[in-house]
Amino acid sequence: MADNNDDVPVMQKWLDNPFLLLFLGITIPTVLYIVWGVMEIANIPVAH
Amino acid sequence: MSAILPPAERLWWKQPIDKLEFIWVAIAFVWSLVMFGMMIWWHIYGNQNLSNETYKTTKEMFAAKAQAVVDQYTVRTETDQQVPVVKPPAGSDIYLIGRLWAWWPIYELEQGKTYKLHLSAMDYMHGFSLQPQNINIQVHPNYEHVVKITPTQSGTYSIVCNEYCGIGHHTMVGRMYVK
Amino acid sequence: MATTYRICPRSGLQFDTEAEKLMRFHAVCGVLSLLVGGIMALGVILTRWPAVHLLSADVFYMVLTAHGIDMLIFWIIFFEMAVLIFASSTLLHCRLATPKLAWLSSWLMVLGAIMTNVAIFQGESSVMFTSYVPMQAKWHFYLGLILFAVGALLICFIFLGTLVVAKAEKTYEGSIPLVTFGALTACIIAIFTIASGAIILIPTFFWSIGYIREIDSLMYRVVWWGLGHSSQQINVSAHVAIWYAIAAIVFGAKPMSEKVSRTAYFLYILFLQLASAHHILSDPGMSSEWKIVNTSYFMYFAVLASMIHGMTVPGAIEQAQRLKGYNKGLFEWLRKAPWGNPAFSSMFLSLIGFGFLGGISGVMMGAEQLNMLIHNTIYVPGHFHATVVIGTTLAFMGLTYFLVPVLFKREVLFPGFAKIQPYLFGLAMYIVSLVMMGAGTLGVSRRHWDMAFAGAPMAYEWPGAAYLMMGLTGIFGVVAIVGGAGWILQIVLSIFFGKKLEEGEIRSTPIPLTLPPPAPAGAAHPPATPGTMVLALIFLTAFILYYFVNWKYLSSLWGLS
Repeated sequence: MADNNDDVPVMQKWLDNPFLLLFLGITIPTVLYIVWGVMEIANIPVAH
Repeated sequence: MSAILPPAERLWWKQPIDKLEFIWVAIAFVWSLVMFGMMIWWHIYGNQNLSNETYKTTKEMFAAKAQAVVDQYTVRTETDQQVPVVKPPAGSDIYLIGRLWAWWPIYELEQGKTYKLHLSAMDYMHGFSLQPQNINIQVHPNYEHVVKITPTQSGTYSIVCNEYCGIGHHTMVGRMYVK
Repeated sequence: MATTYRICPRSGLQFDTEAEKLMRFHAVCGVLSLLVGGIMALGVILTRWPAVHLLSADVFYMVLTAHGIDMLIFWIIFFEMAVLIFASSTLLHCRLATPKLAWLSSWLMVLGAIMTNVAIFQGESSVMFTSYVPMQAKWHFYLGLILFAVGALLICFIFLGTLVVAKAEKTYEGSIPLVTFGALTACIIAIFTIASGAIILIPTFFWSIGYIREIDSLMYRVVWWGLGHSSQQINVSAHVAIWYAIAAIVFGAKPMSEKVSRTAYFLYILFLQLASAHHILSDPGMSSEWKIVNTSYFMYFAVLASMIHGMTVPGAIEQAQRLKGYNKGLFEWLRKAPWGNPAFSSMFLSLIGFGFLGGISGVMMGAEQLNMLIHNTIYVPGHFHATVVIGTTLAFMGLTYFLVPVLFKREVLFPGFAKIQPYLFGLAMYIVSLVMMGAGTLGVSRRHWDMAFAGAPMAYEWPGAAYLMMGLTGIFGVVAIVGGAGWILQIVLSIFFGKKLEEGEIRSTPIPLTLPPPAPAGAAHPPATPGTMVLALIFLTAFILYYFVNWKYLSSLWGLS
């Protein structure tokens, strides 16, 4: 019984997988906040 | 049977949701979208949007630009420190320097006219806090931030520094006149 | 390494002996940090109280730096590490992965905390909690924070390792408990937080010893807030988990829906950290697109999640109480709640204060344009005293009342004081947060030694109402400190002198968790929760009104474009 998890819905499988959650929880803020933010700073034009 | 034990139903994802709980989630979702839309709506219809026009600059370059405006349009000086009071023509570019521990110079602006206010710091970061209007903007060294401002009420305004900048931070207050 | 397991006779919880020692160690380190931070709070509040104005400017800024770091970093993260260990090894009936490494990490955290405190109290590192460049602290200020962060990061990985061990050794069936899931959320956010901190603090450390010439101030602010704000999002995830835990412990409450609560946590995992942008809204150089997407947690999905938790926690309590027969009217379940039990009253005051004061103000100031009204004013500390003190610290205090007998095996001394402590501390903090926000709305600056601007050539005069509110901040701040100091004293005395309680059975093997038999088909539905719904609608009304009042206020300002 224990390892027969064919009937578990996909979403529940995702939420039961800590490493998938870890991946998403690091990637999303890194891309949207840090990487995008650093790109904004790098693209500030120089005054003349 | 509780939050500190594993879910009692193995397939908890398939459990039905309580009706009131579902209604609350729906309300909260709609409210979230309203608040998100509000910021975009204000960009289109609102009159108070902080400009993001910014340039990388140097302290020397920014100080020189400010000095040029001060040299051209100074009408008098104030206080023991002889801070220049500068009356630039409406619509012009004006430069405000934040440094330890003063805002320099003092500007005299016309009510209802728009000016391009350039902000930069000479040493640490400073905080532009216009009182009693309560407009607060972060000021960085080596960045020139260009904000279009339109004073709508006349009076004497103070510029308090509200970013901690060392031991004399509390003496860093500037002034601005609107006539 | 073989360990033993203790079954607590009071709670039925099963503790891995090594994990138990670690939890006690982290709880004690946390309380010590709170003690230092609390003494500093007294210096801060007695200086910002205009009629008292106690300290000189240089001491004030030093004390304020220590207050911020000891409270916002050391106290909460030490306590959260104890929560992570509890939620993994205890709740999963599992041994803790790599206890030796856990001890090494814990000592690294202690070393870092001491090093940073030493740097601050030597007096040349009064750079505030945020340590913005180009203002420079001494090298050991940064190094201490880095060591502390490395220690905390290792414990996060030990938490994840323990989840793997529990799964591999089959110590539980099905999915992890909701509280453990909340701790997992906290752990994931902590890893992002610490990584951001490392990215910016390591170069800043090298800058402080002269190996790097310059750190860009805007780059520093953007990346540093990935640490500074996200660290407070660890708190949110952790204290929401504690709300669920206390509801479960005190009422035997069952989550209204595992699916909804876990989905809400999932939204935290995805989006909560983006709110770091709240601090950059009035900065130059970042586009409005970046600001709006990040500040709104990607369309307010994390606010949605908080609103869900804010309803499902009291909802679960209402269901549990109605099942016990407190069914009269809308609110009998709430009236008949154990208001004298400090674990419950702390948790409930935490929930209400976090939502009404911290939540609403946080969303208001997190709107891109509205931020200009309050950026760097004392409104900001008003907001985060509602979230971090009322929300997090009060929840941690409540949990500690439960942990003293369970973890330290001592009876809590002074039960009469325990009954009122949450109200004394919590309600005083409610007022402190409110009046600070009031003063901030009038423009009063944060991190400012003298609101009278002594010595300024062009001093500004704040309105009388601002002085009144800062005076009230002082008075109720002192009351809150009395409530907090009383708690520390009570807990420390209880741990040393409280009546010793029975230890319980010690085993060499853990007892695995088993699922109860499934409820029979056609079992009664859990009762509806109209009382909670009414509370939620009152909250929503307050939220909408306050939100739009501030847009109205913004529209009266000078034109900006």
